Amino acid sequence: MILDKLQQVGAATLETIQGFGRATLMLAGALWGRPRFVKAWPLYIKQFYVVGVLSLLIIVVSGLFIGMVLALQGYTVLSKFGAEQMLGPLVALSLLRELGPVVTALLFAGRAGSALTAEIGLMKATEQLSGMEMMAVDPLRRIIAPRLWAGVICMPLLALIFTAVGILGGHLVGVDWLGVDAGGYWSAMQANVDFEQDVLNGIIKSTVFAFLVTVIALHKGFDAVPTSEGISRATTQTVVTASLAVLGFDFVLTAVMFGG
Amino acid sequence: MTTRKLEILVGAFVALSIAALMLLALKVANAGVAGSDQSYQLLATFDNIGGLKVRSPVKVGGVVVGRVANIHLDPEQFQPVVTLEINSSYNNFPETSSLAILTSGLLGEQYIGLQPGFVDESVEILGNGDHIEDTKSAIVLEELIGQFLFNRGNQ
Repeated sequence: MILDKLQQVGAATLETIQGFGRATLMLAGALWGRPRFVKAWPLYIKQFYVVGVLSLLIIVVSGLFIGMVLALQGYTVLSKFGAEQMLGPLVALSLLRELGPVVTALLFAGRAGSALTAEIGLMKATEQLSGMEMMAVDPLRRIIAPRLWAGVICMPLLALIFTAVGILGGHLVGVDWLGVDAGGYWSAMQANVDFEQDVLNGIIKSTVFAFLVTVIALHKGFDAVPTSEGISRATTQTVVTASLAVLGFDFVLTAVMFGG
Repeated sequence: MTTRKLEILVGAFVALSIAALMLLALKVANAGVAGSDQSYQLLATFDNIGGLKVRSPVKVGGVVVGRVANIHLDPEQFQPVVTLEINSSYNNFPETSSLAILTSGLLGEQYIGLQPGFVDESVEILGNGDHIEDTKSAIVLEELIGQFLFNRGNQ
């Protein structure tokens, strides 16, 4: 009885460690050698389009609304202390440091990550990946590598757009609707936002999240049980695991960057 | 879809994100605008700087003319020495000018108010590395309340 439980715990632990190992092997295979940007250009451009451009709409709309809500909520509290001119720094700092990278990563996991997992899982289920291997085409370099680079490069760009649109959304509500002084909104922001401390750290954060989300999505797809049920489970796992990983790493990165 | 069309769309996406980065760098963080090559430094010794921080503004009549570049403690006098970086387009303050640490609003952040002094034939213009002698320290609220209570007790 107790031995059975013990065996279950051991099996789960081994399975997790093996998963890490397979993910690392996949990553090493995809990154082996420099990326063939020139030779495989159409493959890369296709993935940049699917992962980056098609995610643009959801990122812009969510950024706009999150900026607007932040300004609206912040104004309610700040106006009680007569500190409306601090609305700019409030919106800019919370978007640059926290919400921009994190919300973009969560949306990216749902929008692009799940699509990557499902696509690769179906390729595995219909034995396209084994077919490529039969033709001496390395699926890691032809399928995984373009998607990995597209995800790692596109997500920080999406986070930048998200943050910029959010700040403009905050301007829309704070200045144009609630009547905060426009000069105060921007000048207080410029006085309180530091390029290296806030903007660059935000970009570093979103790059780390991009790597996490993309690797998890690709690994779950590549490792999926090749049945319809397996693919559905892998897609769900991608969103859940990637979101948890992003939130966990966000705490660690925040503690390292802003905690001291 | 042809590769050309995809390339155009991806190019537009990258251009958009570069525009976003420009907005964040120039309009939000104001990086690179306050370049140190176009400013000169002044020094001032205070008794107490209160809540003054590096990058706090230096204002003349409410107009920002510079920023606090550095704050350190004089190791012999045990008094804080503040280095001010003044924009070089404002380069004709006389040496009789005075500095005071002021607070914007009741709970706002602290800044340095520069009060230009009189100009005379014997008065020189402040240049790089000069010391401003006439300074007023920050008002510390706790000391003020303490004095008030002390005075009330005497009455």
